[in-house]
Amino acid sequence: MFTQTADQDLLEATTEQYLAATYPPARLRELARRDSTFDAALWKQGAELGWTTLLVAESAGGGSVSGNGLADLVAVAFQFGRHAAPGPLIGTNIVAAALGRWGSKERHGAALAELLDGGATAAWGYAPRLGRRAPAGVRAARSGDRVVLDGTVPHVETGAPNGYLLVAAVDDDGTRSHHLVPLDAPGVHTAPLGGLDLTRRYAAVALRGVALPATSRVGEPGTADDHDEELLDLTAVLQAAQIVGAMERAFAMTLRWTGDRYSFGRPLGSYQEIKHRMADLRTQLEAGAAVVEKAARRVGDGAGDARSWASAAKAYAGRLGPEVIQDCVQLHGGIGVTFEHDLHLYLRRATVDAQSFGTPAYFSERLVRLVEAGMQQEETA
Amino acid sequence: MNADLEDVDAFAARARAWLAENMPLADQGRETFFLYAATHPTDDEVLARAATCRQLQRRLFDGGFAGICVPREYGGQGLTPAHQAAFNREIKGYDYPAEIQASTFIPCMAVLLEFGTEEQKHRHIPGMLRGEEIWVQLLSEPGGGSDAAGAVTTATRHGDQWLLNGSKIWTTSGWWGDWALCLARTNWDVEKHRGLTVFSLPMSAPGLAIRQVELVNGSKDFCQEFLTDVAVPDADRIGDVDAGWSVMTRWLHHERTISGGSPYITGGGNRPSDGPYEITVLVTAARRLGLIDDSHTRGLLGEARADALVQRALVESVTRKMATGALPHHAAAMLRLFGGTTNARRAAIATEVYGEAGVVWAPDEETNAQVGLGYLIRQASCIGGGTTEMARNVIAERLLDMPRERRADTDAFRDVPRGPRASSTP
Ligand SMILES: Cc1cc2nc3c(=O)[nH]c(=O)nc-3n(C[C@H](O)[C@H](O)[C@H](O)COP(=O)(O)OP(=O)(O)OC[C@H]3O[C@@H](n4cnc5c(N)ncnc54)[C@H](O)[C@@H]3O)c2cc1C
Ligand SMILES: Cc1cc2nc3c(=O)[nH]c(=O)nc-3n(C[C@H](O)[C@H](O)[C@H](O)COP(=O)(O)OP(=O)(O)OC[C@H]3O[C@@H](n4cnc5c(N)ncnc54)[C@H](O)[C@@H]3O)c2cc1C
Repeated sequence: MFTQTADQDLLEATTEQYLAATYPPARLRELARRDSTFDAALWKQGAELGWTTLLVAESAGGGSVSGNGLADLVAVAFQFGRHAAPGPLIGTNIVAAALGRWGSKERHGAALAELLDGGATAAWGYAPRLGRRAPAGVRAARSGDRVVLDGTVPHVETGAPNGYLLVAAVDDDGTRSHHLVPLDAPGVHTAPLGGLDLTRRYAAVALRGVALPATSRVGEPGTADDHDEELLDLTAVLQAAQIVGAMERAFAMTLRWTGDRYSFGRPLGSYQEIKHRMADLRTQLEAGAAVVEKAARRVGDGAGDARSWASAAKAYAGRLGPEVIQDCVQLHGGIGVTFEHDLHLYLRRATVDAQSFGTPAYFSERLVRLVEAGMQQEETA
Repeated sequence: MNADLEDVDAFAARARAWLAENMPLADQGRETFFLYAATHPTDDEVLARAATCRQLQRRLFDGGFAGICVPREYGGQGLTPAHQAAFNREIKGYDYPAEIQASTFIPCMAVLLEFGTEEQKHRHIPGMLRGEEIWVQLLSEPGGGSDAAGAVTTATRHGDQWLLNGSKIWTTSGWWGDWALCLARTNWDVEKHRGLTVFSLPMSAPGLAIRQVELVNGSKDFCQEFLTDVAVPDADRIGDVDAGWSVMTRWLHHERTISGGSPYITGGGNRPSDGPYEITVLVTAARRLGLIDDSHTRGLLGEARADALVQRALVESVTRKMATGALPHHAAAMLRLFGGTTNARRAAIATEVYGEAGVVWAPDEETNAQVGLGYLIRQASCIGGGTTEMARNVIAERLLDMPRERRADTDAFRDVPRGPRASSTP
């Protein structure tokens, strides 16, 4: 769906082959009954295909295939959406990106290396929508050369048991800084959560007196607000790419169905109403792919308007993606709302991505704030 | 690709400098485009703007920026779509001859480039690029516009000339255009697509009577033409006799690229600014109305902003994919559909943001009037240039390969049922 280099095509094709062979729908249904869906050996193979290094500079042990690692990773995320595949792809890459950009080699080098080679996974504990009434989040208290974290993270996607959590905590001076928390550190309590996605697992995390070396901090003190916004740009683009992948799969299934299914002696696809619906869905799919591609290019290149494009991608794909898939369900008739049919796999994936890490409305509001900021700059200039 | 071609970045830099020196800035909050103008421009005002368009086009020509993708032998620059795309980015914010891009350059010039004889191309294209020849499309008829192949305007051969009789309608700029492409029936006794021929003719031709049609927003730029024995030399025929449909398919294709994707139009099919729909204009209006902190209003503004960005990305991406062959040229119908529905939605958004202020206004509140009248005329964006339903048909049948509609018009055209508005069989 994207305009790509030959190397990006190859990355996407190998990912697609691997996911198709490893996670056919029957396998996803089996995983649905399991408490944990993470498979360390399979994740490691994915890392060997290049899933984990793309947002990290070569100097820090990573590497992209085209020079724009986000554009590369979009191809992988698209295939994750098409296959509703398990594996903490976005979280691991986001935390790796944070460590690569703001971590230090001595303090975070080992953790980053584990993420890059697939030996560990990570989650970014961030929920931008939680308003003023939400629980306080995480606080950090200094105690000698240690920092003690207390608080909760409402939900994170789980992966390897020896994973990491990147979370912003409020320091004594009221500013926020990022910390890298090993999930097996004493005082880290996780409680499994239910959810829509059949193959991704979520947990609530409580940090009770988690004492870490002060060196666990990622980035300069007080930088978490800015850094969270940057990570949110990356996350938004990747989620939008997964949503577009889920849309693509559901659309392709539906197009086939409209040819195979007959009513009143003709294929469904011969009714103009159905044809026009499919034309609308195809156009919305193309529009979603186009804005994701553009956003990946702008964010990956660090362009001045990157944040607007990332927000537009998530606002659009988040709003339209699940609706497009619902329309695919509608065009399937009764079979479309059964567990036995595969459509819901993609509806689940798209819906979870659309609503987490900022709803479409959150990104729409973010777009307005960016317009206002631009106008203010013009006025003062 | 030709190695002597100017590098796109260097070209863009040269264009940037030239534009700053030579082109006037666009008036951001103001919609000058006739069809959407809220000021009910008088005929004199329209003619004045047309004269400005001619001058601006001449300036582009003299500066070496007209017909960027047109071969040099016809007065163009012989460059690539990438150069045109770069120029379209640079020209944003400047006034330019927006009103003559369609129909002069697409579809008319594009059709001449593909189907014109050498003589026809040399005769007309340089004049088009200099702003001397403004072209219009005589295509739709009172009996139907979507079904272009159902045209009943008839051309009859008399020696080396043709006599045209019938009526055309909805001709944008018909009353001040110089030349036209005209689709006419040359054979009533074959299947409808096989009896059509395309002609070019001057709008001042004897026997061509023009009536302006008033639109709901007060614009009178639409026209109906009545053709009575209009004589057209055979040398002005475009393409072969009865082969008009092969011209038409490309004509319609070029027309669909109006929402983006054409290498022949300056400004990428966009007007100099989005007028009242420009996001900063909308935010300013919401502030003035005291609504900027209202979360529902902010939701509408965010939706408008997201849609505008998505539309831009879609035009760029589909244009690129069609150029590389990743998508067939029928994919342009997606741009037409998305452009139409998105423009309709933004008119609704603006109307909701303005509320009362967009339906009742003071004499000096021109932007408010544009919003209100823009809403009244908004479906034009889903009708003109081929309707969104026709675009959906193209996407479903050509891009998705879904079954074609059953046809009731495969007999000799003479015997095909027609509604009462179509003129009768000769
Ligand atoms: C919650 C629920 C409860 C139900 N309970 C019962 C029950 O108790 N007893 C029972 O017998 N059935 C029941 N049904 C079945 C229900 O009546 C059918 O699902 C429904 O009639 C559609 O038929 P279908 O699923 O075969 O879809 P299809 O008929 O295959 O239709 C698929 C899609 O194509 C569209 N379509 C079909 N033909 C045309 C056409 N000519 N023009 C345009 N669009 C068309 C449909 O609108 C639909 O979107 C139930 C279904 C549900 C979801
Ligand atoms: C702003 C604007 C500028 C225009 N400029 C020009 C111009 O310069 N020159 C020119 O020749 N024409 C011009 N037109 C006319 C335009 O091309 C026609 O209005 C258009 O093609 C529709 O034709 P119609 O109005 O006859 O509607 P009809 O073809 O009668 O259609 C009526 C309705 O039925 C739908 N419909 C028709 N057939 C089908 C089908 N097979 N399947 C599904 N739905 C169908 C249409 O989508 C529409 O909604 C312009 C129109 C507008 C609004």
